[in-house]
Amino acid sequence: MRPEAVAAMLPFLTDRFGNPSGAHSVARSACLALDEARDTMAEVLGCQPGQVVFTSGGTEADNLAIGGVHAARGGVVVCPAAEHHAVLRAVAAAGGTVVGVGPDGCVDLDQLAAVLGSQVSLVSVMLANNEVGVISPLDEVVALVRERSPGAAVHTDAVQGFSWLDVAAMTADADLVSVSAHKFGGPKGVGALVVRDRVALRPILHGGGQERDRRSGTPNVAGIVAMAAAARATMAARADTVRRVGALRDRLSERLLESVPGAVATGAGAGLAGGAVATGAGAAATVARAPHRVAGSCHLRFSGVEAEALLVLLDDVGVCASAGSACSSGATEASHVLSAMGWSAAEVGESVRLSLGWCSTDAEIDHALAVIPKAVARLRDTVVAWS
Amino acid sequence: MRVLVAMSGGVDSSVAAAELVDAGHEVVGATMKLWGGPSDSGCCSVADVDDARRVAQQLGIAHHVFNFGAEFTEAVVAPYVRAHAAGTTPNPCVECNRRLKFDRLLGRAMALGFDALATGHHARVVHDEGGGWGLLRGQDSAKDQSYVLSMLGQAQLARCLFPVGEMHKAEVRARAAALRLRTADKADSQDVCFITSGAGRAGGSGGRAGGSGGRAGGSGGRAGGSGGRAGFLAERMTLHPGRLVDAGGQLIGAVPAVELVTVGQRHGIGAGPAGSRRYVLSVDVAEATVVVGSEAELLSDRVALGSLSWIAQPLVPGATVLAQTSAHGPARRAVFVGSSLRWAEPQRRVAPGQTVAIYEGDWVLGSAVGE
Repeated sequence: MRPEAVAAMLPFLTDRFGNPSGAHSVARSACLALDEARDTMAEVLGCQPGQVVFTSGGTEADNLAIGGVHAARGGVVVCPAAEHHAVLRAVAAAGGTVVGVGPDGCVDLDQLAAVLGSQVSLVSVMLANNEVGVISPLDEVVALVRERSPGAAVHTDAVQGFSWLDVAAMTADADLVSVSAHKFGGPKGVGALVVRDRVALRPILHGGGQERDRRSGTPNVAGIVAMAAAARATMAARADTVRRVGALRDRLSERLLESVPGAVATGAGAGLAGGAVATGAGAAATVARAPHRVAGSCHLRFSGVEAEALLVLLDDVGVCASAGSACSSGATEASHVLSAMGWSAAEVGESVRLSLGWCSTDAEIDHALAVIPKAVARLRDTVVAWS
Repeated sequence: MRVLVAMSGGVDSSVAAAELVDAGHEVVGATMKLWGGPSDSGCCSVADVDDARRVAQQLGIAHHVFNFGAEFTEAVVAPYVRAHAAGTTPNPCVECNRRLKFDRLLGRAMALGFDALATGHHARVVHDEGGGWGLLRGQDSAKDQSYVLSMLGQAQLARCLFPVGEMHKAEVRARAAALRLRTADKADSQDVCFITSGAGRAGGSGGRAGGSGGRAGGSGGRAGGSGGRAGFLAERMTLHPGRLVDAGGQLIGAVPAVELVTVGQRHGIGAGPAGSRRYVLSVDVAEATVVVGSEAELLSDRVALGSLSWIAQPLVPGATVLAQTSAHGPARRAVFVGSSLRWAEPQRRVAPGQTVAIYEGDWVLGSAVGE
């Protein structure tokens, strides 16, 4: 967590522990903090304070957006196949429609256009993909929806975008926007959904009518205050962070593509490289500097190397990487994002995600560059006699 | 030594890990995710993985979950379905050990730089005088699992540890209880882990069947009962009603699904003359015919062997051995005559497809498949 966020939340775990809905001074102190946090989130998300609904995180925000609109209006909800499961499964639960994505991971606009119509009540397209980092053409999506389904709401899961992108500007035309605190240096278990006034929404949690009847439950004051502090800190440093971390990511990606035989870049720009093994700096540069990918995302495939085994070796030497998405058993599930992008099961099983954050350092990249090629080589060299 | 312990979430593998930690090895736990969705209640369910992880935490060792679901479907479940379709009686536990635990997982352990793979099997592996590796029954004869390991070879045994093979089950549970491991009182696992008994499974994993035509539902032949093996197979293959005939070819009845009938089976085929016991003598899926007869007719003096494999040296024909034809059944005396075993006393016929484990005393000599 960002130190600003930790500092901001501590008083609300100790002295200012009141329930903001109460009528006494301790409650008023908590209420003041909640109102200030709401102002902050409205400012950084480009909306009115009354349009911010605090939630328990990105998943609840996504479910409230999709389930809430569907409950209020019925109709068909639509999303692309590379969305986060919080969106995909909420759309499935509402009996909605899933459309394909291109080889770059972005929604296929032709397929989307084909399913739009007056029956559609909501379209959900993420701002940046949580696995491959590709940034969606949200403006084109909004224009298409307004033209073909004028009554439909547009939701965007901006959970992965807030650290790197000017979310307020990029989502200004969307009706519903989800964010999650732990993705930008805040605590886990808190997030927000922007609900513009024009959106008809029914709550999915019923109770005391908090959050203007849109989300019942005692607000997580400490978490919300910390989220606002993390958001402020993120905004203040964002341009510098993107520049610095983007350079680190480029160095990591380019060096790995150069030094590891059979390393292939995934995600946006992979199409430009034709999916071929990148052997020279030219191909690496094409991919790593592709403009439509968030700065913290480095996603690669090491052909012939099982990602699941590579993650264990990297963990042993202090590099925390991931592959696919973690399922409830803790097993790595094959990435539905890469499958949707047209990768084979074998290719999906060879892909790893090396995520960078606001606190990533040059030394960490040096370490990763020192150990990853060795780990890949070791797995390649281990020819097991009986297999 | 660096040892990877296969932790199923059961008490045996929990204690196996504890024993290795105690012995001073560098131990890491791994659970294979082989089957089932997040809400599955069968083997490698989330609850089992939770148990394995919690035990690993209690022991202070790292724990990983490896997703071998695709391999399990391809190497264990699909052959299981194909065997039934052919009217034979497969042994999926043996296949899982052969293809998953002692191939895929062992290979993964080697690739990750481990010196050995340990499991919670009740069996013993010993280094013999000649420099080779031998496999022995577990110390607790009631829990012995050498039968499902009988197809291992030197390459695997040289890299395997069975720490609870020297222990009795009561000792294993006592050790787990003393360490306050949450698996101490957990029930022993069932035979076919991917099939839940009763009507439980409800097709929740139908999309994972693969391999065998992806048939959903099973319109014609689902009469063999709901849930369990019949329901599982009905979702993945077409079951056909069959004729029941006596050894003379006389039609005497019918069965709802010929693919679900096993040689030696007594239930579901009615009684013989004057209420005598009646048994399945043979199954012919192509002709949709099941031949039944008396217990005397079920007896045979030999079993034909296929897919022979040996722990060490191939057995010389003429050798007298003990042979075991089910996981916990008795071992019977027989003479190995090359491509078959000749029983000292006539035995009930072995269902084609069943593993036949061959022993000398407590030593496992090899493995074959009854034909």
